[in-house]
Amino acid sequence: MDTFGFLMQGLATAFEPMMLLYALVGVVLGTAVGVLPGIGPALTVALLLPVTYGLDPAGSLIMFAGIYYGGMYGGSTTSILLNTPGESASVITALEGNKMARAGRGGPALATAAIGSFVAGLIATLLLAFLAPHVVKLALVFGPREYFALMVLAFVTVSAAFGESALKGLVSLFVGLALALVGIDQLTGQARLSFGVPQLLDGVEVTTLAVAMFALGEALFVAAQGPDHGAGVLAIKGRVRMTAQDWARSWKAWLRGTAIGFPIGSMPAGGADIASFLSYATERNMTRHPEEFGKGAIEGVAGPEAANNAAAAGTLVPLLTLGLPTTATAAIMLAGFQQFGLQPGPLLFASAPQLVWGLIASLLVANVMLLVLNLPLIRFWVLLLRIPQPWLYGGILVFATLGTLGVNPSVVELSMLVIFGTLGYIMRLYGYPIAPVVVGLILGPMAEQQLRRALAIAQGDPMTLVQSPIAAVLLGLALVALVVPMILRARGRGDALAQIGTAED
Amino acid sequence: MKHALFGAMVAAALAVPAFANDYMIMAPASPGGGWDSTARTMQEVMQAEGISSSVQVTNVPGAGGTVGLAQFVSSASGDPSQLIVGGYVMVGAILTNASPVSLADVTPIARLTGEAVAIVVPAASEIQDIKGLVDAMAADPGAVSWAGGSAGGVDHITVGLLAKAAGVDPTKINYVAFSGGGEATAAILGNQVTAGISGLGEFLPQVEAGTMRLLAVSSDARIEGVDAPTLKEAGYDVVVQNWRMVAAAPGLSDEQKAQVSADIEKLAKSAGWQKALADKGWADTYLAGADFEAQLAKEIEATTAVLKDIGLVQ
Repeated sequence: MDTFGFLMQGLATAFEPMMLLYALVGVVLGTAVGVLPGIGPALTVALLLPVTYGLDPAGSLIMFAGIYYGGMYGGSTTSILLNTPGESASVITALEGNKMARAGRGGPALATAAIGSFVAGLIATLLLAFLAPHVVKLALVFGPREYFALMVLAFVTVSAAFGESALKGLVSLFVGLALALVGIDQLTGQARLSFGVPQLLDGVEVTTLAVAMFALGEALFVAAQGPDHGAGVLAIKGRVRMTAQDWARSWKAWLRGTAIGFPIGSMPAGGADIASFLSYATERNMTRHPEEFGKGAIEGVAGPEAANNAAAAGTLVPLLTLGLPTTATAAIMLAGFQQFGLQPGPLLFASAPQLVWGLIASLLVANVMLLVLNLPLIRFWVLLLRIPQPWLYGGILVFATLGTLGVNPSVVELSMLVIFGTLGYIMRLYGYPIAPVVVGLILGPMAEQQLRRALAIAQGDPMTLVQSPIAAVLLGLALVALVVPMILRARGRGDALAQIGTAED
Repeated sequence: MKHALFGAMVAAALAVPAFANDYMIMAPASPGGGWDSTARTMQEVMQAEGISSSVQVTNVPGAGGTVGLAQFVSSASGDPSQLIVGGYVMVGAILTNASPVSLADVTPIARLTGEAVAIVVPAASEIQDIKGLVDAMAADPGAVSWAGGSAGGVDHITVGLLAKAAGVDPTKINYVAFSGGGEATAAILGNQVTAGISGLGEFLPQVEAGTMRLLAVSSDARIEGVDAPTLKEAGYDVVVQNWRMVAAAPGLSDEQKAQVSADIEKLAKSAGWQKALADKGWADTYLAGADFEAQLAKEIEATTAVLKDIGLVQ
């Protein structure tokens, strides 16, 4: 049977009524757990995987696909409405999305995220089905030096215009980079900045930092402004649906986000977070409405949301073609496959085609289900903003704390949450941007490790970094991204560059 | 009144000791890894075989299991229903992290599973056998880069032992640590490094697909169905096994310890466990009681010596 035949067969199975029910249950569970701040897709899948054990393989896979995509999607809802990204890939979504929500455009923001996730998920799943074996060859060309170059590009594009004050942006970034140093050094096993606290040996958890800085810092900031400060949040203004202009501005961003997300997700050391950063930077540079960036530009939600969902599908490329789990989520999925005595790997496409195509068909169905479920729900989600602020923020604090403790039940983790929350509050108070701290924490260790690996492999020869054509091209792009804004700024057009710095609050 | 009643119920729920055959297993790692799957497999089999009516698994990730171990020692003391999964990697992590708690602070019950370490090269490599690889390392240790798991872990230790057995200075080896098997495998498949070292199970699918060449395994004897010599056969006196164990809380009475040991023995001998081992490709290395404790002491001593040799422990 050819590729297409297998896919059709998979789809036929996936469309049986019971299967659709499983998909629905999976999507609902995934979205519900994904909405909790601090609980990312990996934990969602880990928590819910046992639910699928009792089912037959087809039902299990389909529910599993629902949980996976549902968990990826759930994070964006809270990012947009409450400014509390539940995981690293949604941090960027909060920037523009929450601004939109506050201006009464939460509906269109959620819609562009949902439809963008759907479009990206659909295209990326089809790419997975037809191109996986080719994409993976490309992804394997990426070694430590190429990854390092990619990180440099992400650093430069994300931080080139960190706000009105480049100094404040850089201070924030370096706070993040300093936090990134905490813990055991991956390459030598030595502890850094852990001060004898065993819980610090594993470093600072990205979700803890993101939840603390965004959710707690925000709650403290709102509380500090006193009871009369009700202004600033409009639940709904205009239509809940996307306008024609919203569509016109979103669709290109969705496609660009997909084009960035899928290949980066396929790379063994890529990831949805880097994909979302790069997509945001791209949208910021390509927009015709630069003045809106930092104030709620719809492209800034559409692109990154598409990118992180495409990356989620991309993650399955190395898993299915090589048996390589490249993210925590993928590692748990691998365990799920093994439950059925299957070893994903180079031979899986040949040895168990029904299963692979069943999974791909399930992903397509889950994707549709997610859209069907979420579009009507937007109307209700937006009502969250009508909850009186003291209650809303009280609820956020409870969920943020529960989520963090759920992932890592320890007093130290809770203390970190409080300390970083306070830091987030102080930074808001003095006008320092929050996002660069999280970006620094995510990209810092990756960049450092890849650089050191590259140098170790080349026995310390720094020229190795530019001797690979891919690395050289990426570094060249980074250089352009660094220099062009400087020139523009020098010519007095700096305002045209979107400013992440003002975007958080 | 309602509140008082509710409070009393909560207090009662907290105070009631767990039933003798209820267990709480801590996997001191994130979901998805070897310890986590060991704990979850134990959970499944213990419930299915009727050894225990309720088994829960908690994950406390961090620092090669030492974060979870510290938490276990302080919170589980004297509670016979609590178990923790550990293994060789934890032995190394306790030493490299200078962890304040060690395996001496818990009650080791039994070794359960084991997996050999495998040494591979990319299919396109010029190196054909383990001798070729070791000779290249002897000629210029820095030029042979090894991709493997975390620093100080079982993969790193094996490379150190191999270097030592081949008369190469173990502090000179070029070991590149990757987080998780996936990234290391990608680096090997992408020809980024000279050789790779990891658990046999991780490499076998690649070897079968012809994308990697298996040079040697670290087991004591040849492994059935695996076409590669042991390091010992190839003339390097290195035997390493990434074993996993289960331990109970500190401060148990002899009767409590005997009860836990009996339950674990039932688990290890059960048909469900044997089937799970076969499915996952783990070897049955069940060893309990005084034999296991003696073996553990030996392993700790040997690991300390290797880590000192490769410069990870002062």
